[in-house]
Amino acid sequence: MARAVSTKQKSINTAIAGTLGFLMFFPILWILILSFKTEEDAIRAPLEVLFSSGWTLDSFAAVQARSDYFKHFSNSVIISLGSTILGLLIAIPAAWSMAFVPSRHTKNILMWMLSTKMLPPVGVLVPIYLIFRDTGLLDSRTGLTIVLTLMNLPIIVWMLYTYFKEIPGEILEAARMDGASLREEVLYVLTPMAIPGMASTMLLNIILAWNEAFWTLNLTAAKAAPLTAFIASYSSPEGLFYAKLSAASIMAIAPILIMGWFSQKQLVRGLTFGAVK
Amino acid sequence: MGRITLEKVTKSFGEVEVIPPLDLTIEDGEFTVFVGPSGCGKSTLLRLIAGLEDTTSGHIRIDGEDATDLPPAKRGLAMVFQSYALYPHMSVRKNIAFPMKMAKVPEDEQNRRIEQAAKALNLTEYLDRRPGQLSGGQRQRVAIGRAIVREPAAFLFDEPLSNLDAALRVGMRLEISELHKRLATTMIYVTHDQVEAMTMADKIVVLRAGNIEQVGSPLELYKEPRNTFVAGFIGSPKMNLFEGPEAEKLGAHTAGVRPEHIEVGDPASTYWSGTVGVAEHLGSDTFFHIHETGLADTITVRAPGDVDYKHGDRIGLNPRMDMIHKFDQQGLRIQ
Repeated sequence: MARAVSTKQKSINTAIAGTLGFLMFFPILWILILSFKTEEDAIRAPLEVLFSSGWTLDSFAAVQARSDYFKHFSNSVIISLGSTILGLLIAIPAAWSMAFVPSRHTKNILMWMLSTKMLPPVGVLVPIYLIFRDTGLLDSRTGLTIVLTLMNLPIIVWMLYTYFKEIPGEILEAARMDGASLREEVLYVLTPMAIPGMASTMLLNIILAWNEAFWTLNLTAAKAAPLTAFIASYSSPEGLFYAKLSAASIMAIAPILIMGWFSQKQLVRGLTFGAVK
Repeated sequence: MGRITLEKVTKSFGEVEVIPPLDLTIEDGEFTVFVGPSGCGKSTLLRLIAGLEDTTSGHIRIDGEDATDLPPAKRGLAMVFQSYALYPHMSVRKNIAFPMKMAKVPEDEQNRRIEQAAKALNLTEYLDRRPGQLSGGQRQRVAIGRAIVREPAAFLFDEPLSNLDAALRVGMRLEISELHKRLATTMIYVTHDQVEAMTMADKIVVLRAGNIEQVGSPLELYKEPRNTFVAGFIGSPKMNLFEGPEAEKLGAHTAGVRPEHIEVGDPASTYWSGTVGVAEHLGSDTFFHIHETGLADTITVRAPGDVDYKHGDRIGLNPRMDMIHKFDQQGLRIQ
């Protein structure tokens, strides 16, 4: 039975949700506004910032002139796509075997994988730093790709495992009865049914890798630095440059925001898959 | 051809033996029903025949050939699942075509068989829909269609009607029976519903805890149940079984009489008597559930629809003496 909700209650709910949504979005909006201001305007009191007259693209130009945006951008693309592809290559067979050929230890392995996410990453910073130093992986895109793959692997395996679990075993058995070989079963039945789940796992992992800041900041210097390092370079040492920092942030988050916007249907479906069937 | 023989087949899951050594022959063209309460191993047995589970020991032969270690696809059997197990991302046409595509049947032959199956199953206008757009009954027909086009040696049905509502179930039951008459192919059908078993089967295999309790035609099982388990399982409403002095008077440890073999009458002149608990009026028949008979807690009687007794009435019961089933201490039938 549908729960009765009065029109008044509905408008109150809408107002509350709207306010919360605005509050969450506000920091991004503020960064967007600051990025189009001069440095002088940017450090004024908030209301003055809003009503100051000057709107300018100077900060963007200055940021692009001072640091090579496209180098950082391409590093980000390579690292996030690379770690996602590498992660999926490992996670798909792992999740497949745990979902369809489980053993007595499957649940324990899954729990153990998840438990690695409970450890603060800084706890393994020193050993990983030393390993990277000794193997020459510091400040390399290969090194970052590897470390981000490993960091996100438990989440990808878990997500894929849950999607694969949703596929009824009887359908795969039906395919076997219908004469499909393992290869044909995977190709014609399993993969088409798992594609929505794989796609949203991929999207989520790209976003996680794109925004990851702990490892990207600690293991890079100049060569492999992605956009997170690009933003960070505008804070501290020479004092704060709000407008430039904002411009850099906008340039860094814009690509992933646009990607997220266009794939939101897929993302939401992926994240709630199984919850509402 | 589709003669299936099981020789000393066993199945264990870890330490637990679900099928103790079992022998069974299913003749070509026969409609065989595996029936039993849930957990009796009937689905496991079907899955062993299908090849979806490996036997622990023993042999399965299909038309004389040892199929024990053959993968499901190579056994030439088709299966219809309880959940229909259709491919949700394919149209009805592609679902039905799938086994033929796997077998590399030429395309025009595929189309011919699809049209034929669709016509037989009233699916012609749904061929381009996805399974998600079909009702439960239609989905089950698609699953049957997918099985038919393979022209298998035998059809395996795993509780195919359990997900359908009562009215649809009766209709589909008839359709499957008619299909069997038309194709004359071996069919093995698993159900926990003894009505389905009685109405459809040429041969019923009653299972309990992996053991075959009895094999026979529906009427053989009804008339001469080998033990108290089969006696209680086959027939609706259930046979009245009772122990104690009344049974001993009849020369048995346990005696049984079916509801339809007891007549009601004046308590002064009948063999037994009791008090009416509930009367269920079906129109054609009335089922009386009778207490205080000195036999068992409740005795069920099937009377003509116009017989009218109310809750609390004293009622006389006359069993048909030639229809009383007698069992010994082990629950086995006394001939």
